[in-house]
This record gives sequence, structure tokens and C-alpha cells, in this order.
Amino acid sequence: MLVADNLVKSFETKRAVQGVSFTLEKGEVLGFLGPNGAGKTTTMRMLAGCLEPDAGIASIAGYNCVEARLEAQARLGFLPEGAPAYPAMTPRGFVKFGLRARGFRSDALDRACELAIERVRLAEAADQPIGTLSKGFKRRAALAAAIAHDPAVLILDEPTDGLDPNQKDGVRALIREMAPDKAIIISTHILEEVPAVCSRAIVIAAGKVLFDGTPHALEQKGRDGSVESAFRALTLEPETRESAA
Amino acid sequence: MIHALHAVYRRELLAYFQTPLAYVFLAVFASAAPALAFHMGRFFDTNRADLAPLFDYMPWLLLILMPALAMRSWAEERDRGTLEFLMALPIPLWASTLGKFLAAWSVAALALVLTFPMWIAVNYLGNPDNAAILTGYFGALLLAGGYLALGQALSATTSNQVVAFVLGTSACFLLTMTGLPIVLAVVGDNAPAAISEFIAGLSALEHYNAFRNGVIALTDVAFFIGLIIASLACAGVLIAERRGGGR
Repeated sequence: MLVADNLVKSFETKRAVQGVSFTLEKGEVLGFLGPNGAGKTTTMRMLAGCLEPDAGIASIAGYNCVEARLEAQARLGFLPEGAPAYPAMTPRGFVKFGLRARGFRSDALDRACELAIERVRLAEAADQPIGTLSKGFKRRAALAAAIAHDPAVLILDEPTDGLDPNQKDGVRALIREMAPDKAIIISTHILEEVPAVCSRAIVIAAGKVLFDGTPHALEQKGRDGSVESAFRALTLEPETRESAA
Repeated sequence: MIHALHAVYRRELLAYFQTPLAYVFLAVFASAAPALAFHMGRFFDTNRADLAPLFDYMPWLLLILMPALAMRSWAEERDRGTLEFLMALPIPLWASTLGKFLAAWSVAALALVLTFPMWIAVNYLGNPDNAAILTGYFGALLLAGGYLALGQALSATTSNQVVAFVLGTSACFLLTMTGLPIVLAVVGDNAPAAISEFIAGLSALEHYNAFRNGVIALTDVAFFIGLIIASLACAGVLIAERRGGGR
């Protein structure tokens, strides 16, 4: 469903991503973990067709994200980092814009829009300008735009960042509900989300994959059997790791 | 892909009217255009039933107001991070670029329509050549399109709307003033005739003046259409370059 094959990306002198490879199948929810600047967002942008890799291949549903970008993006829902949205638009207008750009019209457009708003629990704020909404509502508006066309692949960059505990639970429940029919990548710094919603985890640092396995196998990497300690063990330099311990 | 073009056009057009931008722009244009015609162009003193005083000052008004309309097109997307959302949609770059341009051009066309009281006034006061007036409006619309496209290309170079406005105004000013007699005289005195003619040929003012005089020439239409296409292509290349990550 989704393939990252030896992806490489540099910005000026910095090598942001250095040979990242993995595949993702329908029904998998991948937790994409790593410290800030590890290359998570750059990798996701390459998979979403927003950035072209310097080397390697990204593909979605068999379509190359560079050479067949439009076909790949038609099958993708993407929540960019920070959940950007047009502040003067309402969430309903924002979701409909994405749907219209994907060729939805009339009844199908309205149905898809209303279902997405209902799924992210945004009905009460659906007709207010996004610029006047709280951070949680803004994020849910962007999430609604990402899922409205029922894509086969979802890439969600920090979907629960800035949400209160109830809202986080709602988004996690939504991801679990969608999981059987889709391939989903979520990047997060909230490590408790990994065992809660992910069937698989990848840890990346300095642009390289350090771990690829189940959340349970990741926990085994830590001193106390937690994802947090495993994350520290994998991503901290040895001397820093000692002092952190 | 027409649905994608239509989606972008619709969103952009709504964006102008969902903020005070379009209303302020239209109010300023509808006030400033007649004000320039009455005070600078001495509309009543000419004792002629035409809109020459309006069209005489149109390039100078447009070179300020069109970059103001164009400055947000890409700079705002970059500043707010929505460019990433837009680039992740299955929209061809030409559709995004053209949709943004057509929306801004529609607002500019509406602004020109709002000068209709002057057209009614000259028809009330005399018997103007309405075909020549329409030709003048057509030229003004093409000039506005050229300035808008240039402004949008420069908006793609920055995430700061003020910088985009200053760059756009400067570029439009250069494109206009190369046709001023004083500039052509200086160039003519110091450069071969071929260079002088080349510079005159680049002038938006020279090409616009033909329409102002009621003449539609294919070369003048081609100049503005070429300017629009070249500028939009530049904007597209600049945005595509961001997808390449600066490679």
C-alpha cells in the first residue's frame, strides 16, 4: 500500500533523511517516532508528494509519488505538521475545498463533508471561521480535510498535538476505527500513543531507521520495559544516555 | 483537472471576500480612479465626451493596486504553512497557479466595472465613441492582468507579503516607465536605435497606449498575454522548486 525505498533528502549541507526504507500494508497503524530533527516530517513530506527525494522511491498504492504524483495523492490523506488551514474559511468550507479539488460534487460532496465533520466531532464549530477556533478545533478541521475522501493511506503528522485528554482519546478512537481499512502513519512525541493505537513502530534518528517492529518489541528495548526508556535507549548518544539514566 | 482549477479559483475568490481585502481594494479603486480623472486628468475641462482622463492615469493606479491584490497569493500560503496542504492535494501546479490568477483578475475586472458611473456620465453629457471606451477598458483589463501575474510570480519568491508588495510594485513600475518619453529620449540619445526600440517594446505603457487610443493590435494583445503566461510560468517554476527542496 505504501513503500519508502531508500529515501534520501538533503537541505543544503544537512542530510535530513539518509536511506529510510519501510513498507506499510492495509490494516497497519505505524507509529513514526524520533527526536526533533530526526527526519520524520521530511520523510512524511516525501511520501505525501510535497517534497521530491534526492534518491530513492516513495510510492502509494503502486503510484510513484514523483512520477505519478496526482494518482498517488488521490489515494492519500495528509495532515501536515501544525495542521495548517485557511483562517478565514470555516471547517466545512475547508473540507469541501479539499473534496472539490479531488473531484467530489453535489450530493457526494455534501455527504463526505458531513461524515468527516461528524467523525472528528466538529459539528458545533463547523461554520465558524477557523481563525477564531481553539487549537483543538483547528486540528480537527485539518484532520477532517485529511480523512473526508476516505483515502486508502493516511499520513498524520502529530495528530493529537495540542489536544486535551478527551480530544486525544477521540482521535485515537477514530484512528482505531479507520485502521482495518487503511494504512496509517502517525508521527508523535506522545509515546503512550504507540501501544494505545499502533500495530507497529519505527524509531528514526539522524535520518536513519534505528528500530522497526511491534510496540511490544520496542518496549523490550528499554530498561524498564516502557516505550519511553526504549526511545531514550535508541536515540540518545551513549554518554547522554548514561546521565539520563 | 478542470475541477481542481475550479476548486482553487472558487477558494481564492472567496478568500478575497471573506476578509476586508476585496472590499477595501474595491472601495479604494472606485474612489481613486475617478478622483485621478477629475483632478489630475481635468475630466470636465477637456470638454470632450470620452474617458481619456480615466485611462490616462490607469497604469499608475494599477501599478500600485495590482501588486497589493497579488501579494498574498503565494506569500500567504508559505507564511501560514497552507502551501504544504495545497501541495499534498492532487492538483496540477498549473491549475493552482491559474486558479489564483483568475480569481485575482476577476476582482480586478470587478474594480474596473465599478468605474461605470463615469461611462454613464460621458454618455449623459455627450456622444462618446463607446467602442473606443470599451477598447480602453479591454486594454486596462489586460494591463491589470499583466501586473497581477508579475506580482504573483514575485509573491512566490517570499513568505513576507510586504516584501512581495514592494517587489511587485517595483517590477510593475519598471515595466511601465520604460515607455515614458523621458526614458526613451535618454535611451535614444545614448544607445543604438535597435536597443531603444527593444526597450520601448518591453514597455507595458507603450502597448497599453494603443488600447487607450481605441486601437486593438494583435501585437499589443500578444504582449500582455505573453507577459501573463511567462509570469505565471515563473510562479509555477518557483513553487515547483520548493517541492524539489531547493535542489
